[in-house]
Amino acid sequence: MRAIFTNGLTREFNGLTAVDHVNLQIEKGELFGLLGPNGAGKTTLIHMLCTILPPTEGTAKVAGFDVYKEPDSVRTSIGIVFQDPSLDNRLTGKENLDFHGRVYGMSKTLREKRIDEVLKLVELEDRANALVETYSSGMRRRLEIARSFMHHPEIMFLDEPTLGLDPQTRRKIWEHVQMLNKQEKITILLTTHYMDEADYLCGRVGIIDHGRIIALDNPKKLKDQLEGDIVSLEVPLPKKYAEIFRRRKYVKEVKIVGDYLYLTVTGSEKVVPKLIDIVARRGGKVRSVGCRSPTLEDVFIRYTGRGIREEEGGIKEQMRAHVRAHMR
Amino acid sequence: MSAQAIYVLWLRDMKWFLRAKARIISTIVMPFLWLAILGMGLGAVTQIPGVGNYIDFLAPGIVAMAILFNATMTGVSVLWDRQFGFLKEILVAPVSRISIMLGKTFGGTTTSIIQGLMLLFVAGLIGAKMPDPAGFFLVLLFMILLGIGFVGLGLAIASRITDPVAFPLVINFLIMPLFFLSGAIFPLGMAPEWLRVIAYIDPVAYGVDGLRGVMIGVSEFPIWLDLAILGIFSLAMVLLGAYLFKKMSA
Ligand SMILES: Nc1ncnc2c1ncn2[C@@H]1O[C@H](COP(=O)(O)OP(=O)(O)OP(=O)(O)O)[C@@H](O)[C@H]1O
Ligand SMILES: [Mg+2]
Repeated sequence: MRAIFTNGLTREFNGLTAVDHVNLQIEKGELFGLLGPNGAGKTTLIHMLCTILPPTEGTAKVAGFDVYKEPDSVRTSIGIVFQDPSLDNRLTGKENLDFHGRVYGMSKTLREKRIDEVLKLVELEDRANALVETYSSGMRRRLEIARSFMHHPEIMFLDEPTLGLDPQTRRKIWEHVQMLNKQEKITILLTTHYMDEADYLCGRVGIIDHGRIIALDNPKKLKDQLEGDIVSLEVPLPKKYAEIFRRRKYVKEVKIVGDYLYLTVTGSEKVVPKLIDIVARRGGKVRSVGCRSPTLEDVFIRYTGRGIREEEGGIKEQMRAHVRAHMR
Repeated sequence: MSAQAIYVLWLRDMKWFLRAKARIISTIVMPFLWLAILGMGLGAVTQIPGVGNYIDFLAPGIVAMAILFNATMTGVSVLWDRQFGFLKEILVAPVSRISIMLGKTFGGTTTSIIQGLMLLFVAGLIGAKMPDPAGFFLVLLFMILLGIGFVGLGLAIASRITDPVAFPLVINFLIMPLFFLSGAIFPLGMAPEWLRVIAYIDPVAYGVDGLRGVMIGVSEFPIWLDLAILGIFSLAMVLLGAYLFKKMSA
């Protein structure tokens, strides 16, 4: 049985198709990432999978249960961190967790044990009895994560778990996510529009744009489809060396920009020494070398013809982070 | 239905209530002013036939008022939960919407009754006539029914209205006429025929009449009738709230 299975899953909002015939199969134990720009339909998809938004078309099964027909069974099997804040700010951290434990039917002893465990995991023990009002946004996010898995869900949904957080906190959250997946054996579906996050965390990544999954594979394979790394060399007489390099079969493309050569190559780890060697044998000297692997951003560009942030601009992103920080 | 879920929603309301001191005070100040100013101001020139003292007549009406206003405002907590996102946490939990609605109803009713009792106490201090110990339990029963009915109404409205600014306006628009028509501040028996007819379809009138019957022994209807009608109203509101809650989204 698959953890998550969707068949033509679709959601429309007054004529706008937010999620467009999505077919997803996620196996048990996977850490799956949905990567897409603002408005791609990530949150809408997650809301349908966690039963709080009915699909307009298609079906979805989570933990083997139909999200529309058996919502209660789905709800018992899942844990979720929503994109937007969902804590009760007027309760303490501990009280929020206690509330959660009770509505998920945990006994008093189990609840108390588990609350201590999860608080310790997200390193919030010492602030457990303070009102959530007084927490920083990173602390709130960690509390939400602690809450989402305290009832031992089989499957977790994390909707942009690190949006608007500083790099250290993001790292921390990444560690928690990996721990949940590896140690607690929880299947995880997370959404993000951070390339590095999807790349670092996820076993498989689905790229979603305008409600459709346009590419799906493990991050390495997605990047390998671009076939090659980009190597830059600073050399004297770039034209001369360009000619020489073009004749090598492991070099796919050569571009000259000023004193620099940009080469697209496969297996750069092996190729770069050879290139330096070639230059040296002809009496030249490589002044600098740069090597960049293609990122998921390059993959996104290849499939959509534009960058993931390009059309939204950085400003909207910043505003959202700002609004979010204030809502918390 | 889950007793645990009902309990924890109730518990959450209690915690809020105890932490929001300003709210507790402000919600009894207004009915208190009504009681003090109207009671003493009008009391000096008004004698209600068959009752005598105006403040004795007024006190049950103002107790009902305190409950009415607090109970309907319970709906605000739903709007806040939606606004701050906590509603999603509640709706995605494996508990029925009925449990959620009942938990909120009991929470709101409890806080309303506490405020009703505080007002009753203050009214006693001012010199209004108090019920005897047996009557006190009947007073409590009327408070509970009024509370449940109007919490249900407030929750039903809150499940439909998502604008936190509009909600209190709608509530006031609805509650004010119900209060004025209930005979809380003047005796319905002496009102013109048309007004009395309207008052008969006002559920608050039966609450006020019942409370008054118990507290000062003067009422339009027999107390059992007041209880029955109020009971039916409360049940209807809970069912309405439960129905609308079921269809609510985050
Ligand atoms: N309740 C709603 N009513 C109308 N339109 C909606 C609603 N929710 C989402 N949409 C629209 O559906 C589309 C997808 O939105 P969604 O929130 O799923 O995107 P997302 O991928 O989560 O974006 P982000 O990265 O900004 O969170 C957007 O165009 C959005 O405007
Ligand atoms: Mg989103």
